[in-house]
Amino acid sequence: MCTTCGCASGEIKIEGHDHIHPHGDDHNHKHSHDHEHSHDHEHSHDHSHEHDIHFGQGPAHSHAPGLSQSRMVEIEQNILSKNDEYAQENRRYFTDNGMLTLNLVSSPGSGKTTLLTQTITALKGELALSVIEGDQQTSNDAERIRATGVSAVQINTGKGCHLDAHMIERALETLAPIEGSVVFIENVGNLVCPAAFDLGEAHKVAILSVTEGEDKPLKYPDMFFAADIMILNKIDLLPYLNFDVAKCIEYARRVNPKILILQVSATTGEGMEDWYQWIRTSRQLRLIGRSDMLVANEAAIKVSV
Amino acid sequence: MHEMSLCEGILQIIEAEAEKQHFTEVKRVILDVGVLSGVEISALEFSFGIVMQGSVAENAELSINNIEAQAWCMPCAKTITVKQRYDPCDQCGSYQLQVSSGDELKIKELEVN
Repeated sequence: MCTTCGCASGEIKIEGHDHIHPHGDDHNHKHSHDHEHSHDHEHSHDHSHEHDIHFGQGPAHSHAPGLSQSRMVEIEQNILSKNDEYAQENRRYFTDNGMLTLNLVSSPGSGKTTLLTQTITALKGELALSVIEGDQQTSNDAERIRATGVSAVQINTGKGCHLDAHMIERALETLAPIEGSVVFIENVGNLVCPAAFDLGEAHKVAILSVTEGEDKPLKYPDMFFAADIMILNKIDLLPYLNFDVAKCIEYARRVNPKILILQVSATTGEGMEDWYQWIRTSRQLRLIGRSDMLVANEAAIKVSV
Repeated sequence: MHEMSLCEGILQIIEAEAEKQHFTEVKRVILDVGVLSGVEISALEFSFGIVMQGSVAENAELSINNIEAQAWCMPCAKTITVKQRYDPCDQCGSYQLQVSSGDELKIKELEVN
């Protein structure tokens, strides 16, 4: 089973890397970082007492009749530390290369891919863009993205329910985004698990459509807490639904008072200009003091248009 | 459903520690799990037994310290306890809270042989 995401072996597929599975690398990385316990005194102590019977090493360092002589080892390690290490490496890579990376998260069917294709169509003339697509199976979404003329890599997670930072690292090798560009990551449609896995992105963007319940921010608080921006999609359908926009916004703010909320319809284009403006501004912030990157960027845009 | 992946992460850490600290059997795994960590305890317990099979922690017992979530209430200017991210302050009813703990998710200690 995959130690990164829990999927069955060999099920993660990264396009262009079909038969390369991250397991081998996992172990290399692990050992190269294992320096923290070189000052561990406990261990030298143990050797000198190897044949002694010591009754003070039990739990709580005391002894009671019949109590086992097992010892306690202090670990104090975050369970997600492995993923977080990879995420930090990704984040450094994005920062060094002036890239704005957005992790798009939502339930299945909220219109993420449509929002993304519309965004790409509108912005590809002015920004260099690329996409990492995450789905359990199929390359359908990556193909939809490529149809817009922008490069995309599909990651199939197999049985996995989320993308993790190591998958992103592998996908970046194939995708090789250019400096100063915008990288979209379309996560697996799931409002639960992707909240816990940092990918190294600049912002999580939660997309919620008005055909879902307005109380989703309360039902899935972890995701709305982790996101910096919430896009309320499909607002063109509001006249036909009993969706209370004000209530939805109130719920989202309860969970995350800082969250920015935009109301859009990816299909009709209503409100989309606000979203584009947010992307432009966020990218500008990443490029302050990095004007050299703009040159490479503009050349790439000319090629793609 | 990511509890399975978390257990894989736990096993990875245990195996690395087993090599470093020279133990061959884990009797108990003690975790700190905050109420806001997004972890379903029963799913974690279920996955734990399955993932640990065939490892040094095969027969290990899982102990979980449930960590309460604390938040700073801005209107009251004091620390309060919350159960969920969207809880209001139990004193003044405000949602202007800054959650300061409760998302812990770590291996605290191992009892080993």
